[in-house]
Amino acid sequence: MLCQECGKTEAGVHLTQIVNNKKTVLNLCRECAERRGMTANPLVQVPFPLAEILSSMMGEAPEKKKGRGGETRCPGCGFTFAEFSKVGRFGCGQCYRAFQPQVSDLLRRIHGSTRHIGRKPTQEPEIDTVLIEEKRLEDELKKAIAAEDFEKAARLRDRIKTLMRQD
Amino acid sequence: MFEELSSKPAAWLSGAGPQAGIVLSSRVRLARNLLRCKFPPAADVELRRKVVGEVRSAIERSILLKSGKFFQNGDLGGMDRDFLVERHVISPEFMKAGEGHGLYLGEDESLSVMVNEEDHLRIQALTSGLEVGRAHELATQADAELSANLVFDYDEEFGYLTACPTNVGTGLRASVLIHLPALVLTREIDSVINRVTKVGWAVRGFYGEGTDVLGNLLQLSNQTTLGRSEQEVLEGLEKVTRQVIEYEESARYVLLRDAKEQIEDKIWRAYGILRFARVLTSGEVMNLLSAVRLGLGMGVLKEIPLGLVNELLLLCQPAHLQKFAGREMEPGERDAVRAELARARIEKALSGGANGPGNSKTA
Repeated sequence: MLCQECGKTEAGVHLTQIVNNKKTVLNLCRECAERRGMTANPLVQVPFPLAEILSSMMGEAPEKKKGRGGETRCPGCGFTFAEFSKVGRFGCGQCYRAFQPQVSDLLRRIHGSTRHIGRKPTQEPEIDTVLIEEKRLEDELKKAIAAEDFEKAARLRDRIKTLMRQD
Repeated sequence: MFEELSSKPAAWLSGAGPQAGIVLSSRVRLARNLLRCKFPPAADVELRRKVVGEVRSAIERSILLKSGKFFQNGDLGGMDRDFLVERHVISPEFMKAGEGHGLYLGEDESLSVMVNEEDHLRIQALTSGLEVGRAHELATQADAELSANLVFDYDEEFGYLTACPTNVGTGLRASVLIHLPALVLTREIDSVINRVTKVGWAVRGFYGEGTDVLGNLLQLSNQTTLGRSEQEVLEGLEKVTRQVIEYEESARYVLLRDAKEQIEDKIWRAYGILRFARVLTSGEVMNLLSAVRLGLGMGVLKEIPLGLVNELLLLCQPAHLQKFAGREMEPGERDAVRAELARARIEKALSGGANGPGNSKTA
């Protein structure tokens, strides 16, 4: 099988990707695969059929929107929903509110939900703070030793020991 | 730059941690943006620079993050970037074009923050083995500390707001990098992938035709970020990973039962080539290392530590090799240096030199 991209070299890399039950297989030669940044690198975003969802949404009711004399612009960045649809990236956080109800519709299609469940910014993390406390104490310990305050150093060392036992 | 790192394995490849024989690493990423500030794709250079400055000063005031280093565009050359891509610290496109990007890299690389990638902050935690929970604790701790000095854009209904609507909500992407050679050899991998994706997980990976496999590494991750709590996602990922591990283990059992000689031969041949070859391409070395890794997992091979195999997976990649050699090289030259490096590291491990970093440049 020849590489789908260059059509010259034997395809040695077969990328299988399944997102939302849709399987795609790309047969590429190593050079083309590498050029396309296809590695097992987890930082490369798994392609999501966002563009398809967006274009189907835009296709559903284009006339209605145009008929109202111009689309809504986001007060934060000046984007319109059509502009967002083209790039698939919002301009700013205010877009989420400015483009209602389309955004809720879109989120439902992507995530099957429109309501965040989980951590809030004000919420303290539900983890023990041993790690961070240990680090702080160790810093203090170093300082105490440098200042030859051995009494304090001994106290700190005991506290670190107690912390580590908790771990 | 990064010379001191170039001969060292990243901490997340140490071969330690639960299920490290099959799961190489666990990763958690949190996407965060600053309130009332255009997202990076829409922001101009001036705004991006301002964001970098604010994030940097928040990092400097954090306890957890203060021991690392902070880099800006001018600090990193093309090779440095490739090097960090290979180490899974940055995405391949990051910092390539335009100004106004920043990168925080923690001391042991388990924590990093990309500033102005697609979102203002991409906080990442990497751990060795199956430890998504610990990776999440680390990332969350960093998130909490940074939010003491930064106000993140958050909506009561939609959660953390992100440039791409596929990340909104928790902003959490959790993934594991998993090594499944027996499932590929027994050709069961497709049905396993199907089962995993049916229950809502994204799978990505590369493998070659038949037994000519490329690394046999797959990545499992969550697809959605809205409507499910962090805990639910993490527990789900861990559960599905354990299931896949079971499939892989039973495939290994079948291989040993039904094709013992062939599989042992494959493993020993791979080991032999790795140990004595004079020229190794990057694709070939991935396959050899995968077979040797399988050999270690199945108890066929016992001579070298798992950490060394993981280390070679990283050190044999192009940018690492060039850092190691201290110069840019053509692919042909790299293949010779790659073979030399693999040989030297294995010899060192065999002669009791353990799996430490050290300099084997002239070996």
